[in-house]
Amino acid sequence: MPSDTRSRDAVDSLPGAWLSFVGGPWVDDIDVRDFLQRNYTPYAGDASFLAGPTARTRALWATVEGLMAAERVGDYRVDVRTPSRITSHAPGYVEKDRELVVGLQTDEPLKRAIMPNGGWAAVRQALEEHGYEAPALLDEVFTTYRKTFADGVLDVYPPNVRAARSAQIVTGLPDDFGRGQIVGDYRRVPLYGVDALLAAKRLEKAALDMERSTEDVIRDREELAEQIRALADLAAMAFSYGYDISRPATTAREAVQWLYFAYLAAIKEQNGAAMSLGRTSTFLDVYLQRDLVTGRITEEEAQELVDDLVIKLRLVRFLRTAEYDELCAGEPTWVTETLGGTGEDGRPLVTKSSFRFLATLNDLGPAPEPNLTVLWSDRLPQGFKDYCAEVSLDTSAVQYESDELIRSAWGDDAAIACAVSPLRIGKQVQFVGGRVNLAKALLYAINGGRDEVTGRQVAPLSAPVEGEVLDYDDVLAKLDRTLDWLAETYVDALNCVHFMHDKYSYERLAMALHDRTVLRTLSCGVAGLSVVADSLSAIKYATVHALRTTDGLVTEFAVEGAFPSFGNDDDRVDEIAASLLHAFMTKIRRLPTYRNALHTQNVLTVTSNVSYGRVTGSTPDGRRAGEPFAPGANPMNGRDTHGMLASALSVAKLPYSDAQDGVSLTTSVTPDGLGRTREERVANLVGLLDAYMLSSGYHLNLNVLDKGTLLDAMDNPDRYPNLTIRVSGYAVNFVRLSREQQLDVLSRTFHVTV
Amino acid sequence: MSSSHDGAPVVDLSTPLVGGSTHRTAGQGTQGLLNADFDRPERLAQVRTGQLGSLHSWELVTAVDGPGTRLTVFLAGCPLRCLYCHNPDTLEMRRGTDITAEELLKKVSRYRGVFRATGGGLTLSGGEPLMQPAFIGRILRGAKEMGVHTTIDTSGFLGAAATDAMLDDLDLVLLDVKSGIPDTYTRVTGRELQPTLDFGRRLSDHGVAMWIRYVLVPDLTDAWDNVEVVADYVATLATVARVEVLPFHQMGRDKWDALGMRYELADTRPPTPELVERVRGQFRARGVEVH
Repeated sequence: MPSDTRSRDAVDSLPGAWLSFVGGPWVDDIDVRDFLQRNYTPYAGDASFLAGPTARTRALWATVEGLMAAERVGDYRVDVRTPSRITSHAPGYVEKDRELVVGLQTDEPLKRAIMPNGGWAAVRQALEEHGYEAPALLDEVFTTYRKTFADGVLDVYPPNVRAARSAQIVTGLPDDFGRGQIVGDYRRVPLYGVDALLAAKRLEKAALDMERSTEDVIRDREELAEQIRALADLAAMAFSYGYDISRPATTAREAVQWLYFAYLAAIKEQNGAAMSLGRTSTFLDVYLQRDLVTGRITEEEAQELVDDLVIKLRLVRFLRTAEYDELCAGEPTWVTETLGGTGEDGRPLVTKSSFRFLATLNDLGPAPEPNLTVLWSDRLPQGFKDYCAEVSLDTSAVQYESDELIRSAWGDDAAIACAVSPLRIGKQVQFVGGRVNLAKALLYAINGGRDEVTGRQVAPLSAPVEGEVLDYDDVLAKLDRTLDWLAETYVDALNCVHFMHDKYSYERLAMALHDRTVLRTLSCGVAGLSVVADSLSAIKYATVHALRTTDGLVTEFAVEGAFPSFGNDDDRVDEIAASLLHAFMTKIRRLPTYRNALHTQNVLTVTSNVSYGRVTGSTPDGRRAGEPFAPGANPMNGRDTHGMLASALSVAKLPYSDAQDGVSLTTSVTPDGLGRTREERVANLVGLLDAYMLSSGYHLNLNVLDKGTLLDAMDNPDRYPNLTIRVSGYAVNFVRLSREQQLDVLSRTFHVTV
Repeated sequence: MSSSHDGAPVVDLSTPLVGGSTHRTAGQGTQGLLNADFDRPERLAQVRTGQLGSLHSWELVTAVDGPGTRLTVFLAGCPLRCLYCHNPDTLEMRRGTDITAEELLKKVSRYRGVFRATGGGLTLSGGEPLMQPAFIGRILRGAKEMGVHTTIDTSGFLGAAATDAMLDDLDLVLLDVKSGIPDTYTRVTGRELQPTLDFGRRLSDHGVAMWIRYVLVPDLTDAWDNVEVVADYVATLATVARVEVLPFHQMGRDKWDALGMRYELADTRPPTPELVERVRGQFRARGVEVH
């Protein structure tokens, strides 16, 4: 093709950075996917090529582990004086002479920064909780002169949102912390260098200057101005570390360093709930492979670069409040890196670097971050599948998501943000936040809109159920009306949140690494799906008596007879869950969204299934008031009695078209339950993943653990500093969970025979 | 069993259960399968022709009841009364739920994709599947017609009830040889050993692959000589792919209590790792794969 020839010539004429790369449209326009597709080297072999950690890596990691141990016992460092900007802090190092990849959020490792633009009250509270005092000057500035995101949201929440929020039927809204989940295409920086990205953004702005100055155009111009400033700051920050990233990276080491600088700049300004990395391993592999081929580096040195990057990602810290930590236990940062998957052309996107990233869990020991996520397909090379299974067996630190579902919806250059949310890198932005408590909605429907705990009228007044025995059609009709109100209230809240986040806490660096025109999605979440499915099943198939307090509030239920429960591959109840999800999605879709975002939905709770359960009264499925929900889309603990896969197949019936932001399933199996020999366990685990994904399963958080290990870890946390388990959509250090959350994990169904 | 930590909510912390079919408590219920409801004469006719079976439960399991992930169907009813039975609730056929062959085959068909992906298949367990030979014959035939890998988990005591046609439809038999010395066998199971030995021989002659299971119970089946006899016997079978030595545990104990039945092994402890290794070694000495 003529254009290809022209591009190839262009590459050939470039000596340095792109030497030996295959050209294409990516040469003329910013198009990382095109670069990848033309230049990556698929790897279909096994893990035997991997080189272990070097002495240097081990020494550096030992230093970091020492710092983390001190942090665990209370050495909690914060720079209280310096509101963080890309260029706010002097360079920081762990051990300058040993580090191959440099850059820290502040001037010292594990020292947290303050980011008041998100909300001053939360910063002040977090400081107080950790024994610090907020400087008086900052207090004055951020209460008198500079309005924050959180202030903005409070100005515009309508009363129904406030009521729903305080009743906790709408929960976890990111309205006093960063929304996060906006993933810059950090690969653009090594591939093109900051100067080229600046030039492209200036062109975009010049094009906007030609348009009439309407509200949208003005906003876009201002955002582009911010992006341009952020890119300049990024180059300045790198320069302070002694690197000139205005030009493209020329070596693998530079590529890793440039990419990390880009990510670092993003997290220096955003204390986002999830600050994900994207899909970088196969991109970096192009550079590693080029240097390996020319003999510039050895396999050991390639692994060292990946290990060093991962060490940096494990050092990411944010200042957060205790309340936040309760919702998202164990301080997740969701530095999610997406591995594997297949391309549109059918070639697996697995490279040697996909292995190298997983190998860090062996080289450095298991850890919750970065949140390594494999896009699984039965078409992945056997060697990679086997290695994934081995790493899961050894570390429980990997999560799996369906390559098929994600690629067919979002293309083959999509990554996971946070836990389960897919997005096209550099081309899509998620407006995400919180979730609605469906179990509470069911109780509101039964009680005419009154809260079952406080008795307050939260939803609009409607007719409560009458009589003693609940009628399925009657409850369903009432629930439908309640969900109408809930959908409106929730989308209202999210629109307010994201309007204000764009206005007061704009992710200028991450957005500078996006196309000018992006697809925005409004990702709505639901919690308590299995509670409601089982409750409706009980009402339909058994006899449920409503028990009322003296003022007529239904607060308890008595169930007579048996009913099918979600998690046993039984269509009778699984269809109830699916239709509930569909009903809520349909209601969400009818509502206008901020910036015309496309509506999506997720079934994900992180660890907040415990706190949502705590504020929710007894439910018709027999769950008592205050008892936890199941996490994510999980069946209720102990009710999935026909094996792990039967449980997973129920979840797999929730249609992806109604939950395009992801459906989370967390499962625990014991090693013995997977087979008698290691080979058998690996083969059976691969088979289970294939079977689940082929059955349209979307996500699997997989723990391979003995309950005994967890019990021992509760009593002897010191012996298990690195014990990592998967909870809903992310991994945590088990010993950093609260006791209540640890007990919740233990009460979950352990599939001792899988 | 519950946690004894002060102030913590009480959660069930039942010990993880290790794989091994005769060693594994049965699944829970027939949820997802349509119960059949016939009047008495009609029901008997259906049972006789194998159109109706009595099921305890089903489960999707991996690695324990044959290769890959399997639909394991626990049938109700067993002629043996093993002292260590882990599924005493499957002993009596009357405790089962009536399910038609057609309904069960629909379930098998539903999981064909799972079987393909995992290298798994169907396992009929129990109870004793050969208590309902007409029913399982129909199920195995139907499964083979779908190209599904088939297994039964049996004591072999009713092996004579298996027709040659049924053997043709079996890819694997999990044969529980519960003791080598006839008297010990009778003490453990209440029945004779010989039919099991005959059935194993017949399977071997017929070319049906076998996994031999041996449940190791201290002071009951652990005698050196008792194991030697089984190992010698196994060595003469041509189609044994592996031997599984399953350490006794107390997982079934609560079920005996719940059923109001007398449980004789209440004070028996699981075998020590050394004992398990010794017995595995006895089998291994015959050159078979042992787990």
